Amino acid sequence: MTAVVSDQSAGQPAFVPGAPPPASLGADIWRGISRENPVLVQFLGMCPTMAVTNTLANGIAMGVATMFVLVGSGLLVSLFAKYIAHEVRITSYILIIATFVTLADLILAATFPDISKALGPFMPLIVANCLLLGRAEAFAAKVGPARAVADGVGMGLGFTLSLSLLSAIRELLGRGSLLGHDLLGPRFEPWVFMVMPPGGFLTLGIALLGLAGIIELRRRRAEGAS
Amino acid sequence: MSNLAWIFVSTLLVNNFTLVMFLGLCSFFGVTAKIETAWRLGLANTFVLLLTAVGAWTLNTYVLQRTPFLRTIAFIVVVASGVQIVEMAVKKHFPVLFRQLGIYLPLITTNCAILGLALFQTARHYTLVESLVFAIGAGLGLTLALSLMASIRERIEVADVPVVARRMGLVLVVASCLSMAFMGFAGMGSAP
Repeated sequence: MTAVVSDQSAGQPAFVPGAPPPASLGADIWRGISRENPVLVQFLGMCPTMAVTNTLANGIAMGVATMFVLVGSGLLVSLFAKYIAHEVRITSYILIIATFVTLADLILAATFPDISKALGPFMPLIVANCLLLGRAEAFAAKVGPARAVADGVGMGLGFTLSLSLLSAIRELLGRGSLLGHDLLGPRFEPWVFMVMPPGGFLTLGIALLGLAGIIELRRRRAEGAS
Repeated sequence: MSNLAWIFVSTLLVNNFTLVMFLGLCSFFGVTAKIETAWRLGLANTFVLLLTAVGAWTLNTYVLQRTPFLRTIAFIVVVASGVQIVEMAVKKHFPVLFRQLGIYLPLITTNCAILGLALFQTARHYTLVESLVFAIGAGLGLTLALSLMASIRERIEVADVPVVARRMGLVLVVASCLSMAFMGFAGMGSAP
């Protein structure tokens, strides 16, 4: 009898195994933008990254919507994590995420119907973005609400920035415009390839090669200095 | 009949789920290091796709007509339970495969291809038979893309590539070439 009771009290330990090391809220935010950038470093959420970055407006809308869901679901998951049984936690997190995605979907459809139409099924597909479940499981469930929200903001900003960068490159080269404003003039022949599917893979591929090149150069310079 | 054949060819090649529609990219980049695992995961995905197609069609036709805003939530529950069933079946009947797939089996839940199938078949108002053909085409298309990518990556493993290209950058450029090859089918028209 006593064993059962102590088992139950052990269900809510003060120290959560696998919890991320303590850090300031600013560090939590900055981590998502830089060292653990979801797109450029962790390769999470690839599907929306590729599918909607053909124009800058779509990329920004997807990034902001994802940030909204990240912050909302992170807050709820961190508040409810200790009441959710271990076996059904993934399903519960998915349901929390799906609720916020539905909210974001309806808000976008009400405020920017054009963008909502352009994104189509990719808006509800945010549910299946591995980034959201990944952050809920690996971070939000193990820390307090303030840090979960900070992490959501950081990851969301990192995601939005990466998507904006990719979609700006693709829209500029593929249509000669940014946010619909013609920039390169009538003499520029648009590279239609860039707004088509292969262009998405290629843009991110070259961005990653460039990033790896910078890291490699830095490493060599550090080796040369020491 | 020709309509069904068209849906099949269209999802398998012209609008390949992974390479043209960008669905299921996580497993496309995550599980394609070895060809054995790649095509098996593709087939497991096909099975979940079939279950999802039936489940989502039934729900959408008989339950969700008056509450379309609940679609996303309802569909993800169907997907999650479908994956759970497959996981239990594979664990019981194919224990070796279960160990090989490891974490990627439960991760099928967050494979956008599955939820994407449910959403696209709803948006296009497919009938039950059309949905099933759609699911088979999508599943085989996924398997094809995964196997192609895995065979190329096995060759890259042993090739001498520059240091900067040892990680994901090169894989993405290869994916771009594959995608470009599939764009060649685009002349066959667009989905009905």
